[in-house]
Amino acid sequence: MNSWLIQQSAALALALRRLAETPTITLLAAISIGVALSLPAGGHLLLRSLQQLGQDNSATPQISVFMALDADDKASDKVAEQLKTHTAIGKVEFVSRETTQKRLREAGLAQVIDSLPHNPFPDTFVLTPRDTAPEALENLRTELEKLPRVEHVQLDSAWAKRLSVLLDLGRTAVWLLAALLGVGLIALLFNTIRLQVLTKQEEIEVSRLLGATDSYIGRPYYYFGALQGLLGGLIACAIVYASFGMLQDRFAELAELYRLGFSLRQMGPLDILAVLGVASALGWIGAALSVRQHLKES
Amino acid sequence: MIRFQNVYKRYPQGLEALADINFDIGQGTLTLLKGHSGAGKSTLLKLIAAIERPTAGSVLVNGQNVGTLKRAAVPWLRRNIGMILQDQKLLFDRNAYANVMLPLAIAGFPPKEAERRVRAALDKVGLGKREKTMPVALSGGEQQRLAIARAVVCRPTLLLADEPTAHLDPDNAREVARLFHEFQQVGVTVVIATHDEQLYAPYSAQQITLVQGRMEAGA
Repeated sequence: MNSWLIQQSAALALALRRLAETPTITLLAAISIGVALSLPAGGHLLLRSLQQLGQDNSATPQISVFMALDADDKASDKVAEQLKTHTAIGKVEFVSRETTQKRLREAGLAQVIDSLPHNPFPDTFVLTPRDTAPEALENLRTELEKLPRVEHVQLDSAWAKRLSVLLDLGRTAVWLLAALLGVGLIALLFNTIRLQVLTKQEEIEVSRLLGATDSYIGRPYYYFGALQGLLGGLIACAIVYASFGMLQDRFAELAELYRLGFSLRQMGPLDILAVLGVASALGWIGAALSVRQHLKES
Repeated sequence: MIRFQNVYKRYPQGLEALADINFDIGQGTLTLLKGHSGAGKSTLLKLIAAIERPTAGSVLVNGQNVGTLKRAAVPWLRRNIGMILQDQKLLFDRNAYANVMLPLAIAGFPPKEAERRVRAALDKVGLGKREKTMPVALSGGEQQRLAIARAVVCRPTLLLADEPTAHLDPDNAREVARLFHEFQQVGVTVVIATHDEQLYAPYSAQQITLVQGRMEAGA
């Protein structure tokens, strides 16, 4: 073993011993780091799952045409005729108001639906346009809206666009949250290390007289900060893993209900590594800033 | 080995601790630094180890001007200097063995070699059987010898001691003086600030006497 390796492992061992000396404080600090990190980490994963929605929809843009509630079968037939012969439309799927009602009853909403005085759903056509350019879709929509007894035309791509804007917003919010909590964590570690350094004042002074460099003095604290961050990261992973485990079934139900190609994706090994890496790095940075500040003062 | 040229040290409060100090200390010699309390002996030793910086003049150690040494270079200077300060600065949270191990850990010695050296240093000062003892359980003389073991364990070329026998009974004091002489005999340059020059009478030592921060008679 060369002396570099010897010094690193000695510093690591010392940091581990100090963490173990005060288990309660170590655990409490790890929990506060873990809770703080679980928010942006969980938010990020949630957004990534929701992203599937936008991707599925933009791949096959569809147009939904809703008839007026009081339109009768004849009116629907007439519209169907026009849609089927329209050159800009590829596939037409008719979903009658009865079918919609049946589907939702099967999905477990029977009680709600039976309590309603009449069927609240309109006849619906789901169209697959031939030309999926945004302009063409927009033109087609204005045209379809003019058909008799058509109440509302919805571009699913518009919905996808809105979703992607919302996702962008969410992503920005998560980044902002992550940055704020990251700074908070650095501050937390800064203070923890500062208190430690103050209790080791004498040892630091003697070490300096014996020829210790600043990096020798700082090293155990850097490891301490990184390990403390790592523990916090593990707790964050556990929190996110457990909550996603609990939420997964609920999300599956929801996706089934709305017929969405979507599932809540659990953390992968790479996600866990990323969380642990970021947590350790933040701990190291907090410790390094704290020690440097202290050594400059003394 | 050590050369002071027109060295002045003034503290911010205006106190002049040292004025116009000039001397040369050769390699492998024993030098006694004499004078009353407050004459500037401690300050002079601190200048050699770059604990303090001179206000004017140059302090050369091995040809290197330690007064202008960069902060980052100071540790490397100190690794060549064994220091026994007035308050010994032992660490009371660890045993004798760990106290002597500290400088070796700082210098990054391999564990086996370090262990051997700690034992040798403790044996040398007669504390071989007390390595597990905490400093607080050692007598004054033993604590002083422990501080010496720690100062020499890295085999420095220069040994500085500030009043190393001040609080010791005559037997212990003689023993400590003999140790310093032994180190000098193997080629270490030894500088001792002391009131008690009689202790070193059996050994040939050059003397520097300070009176209120100035040299009275020198080498």
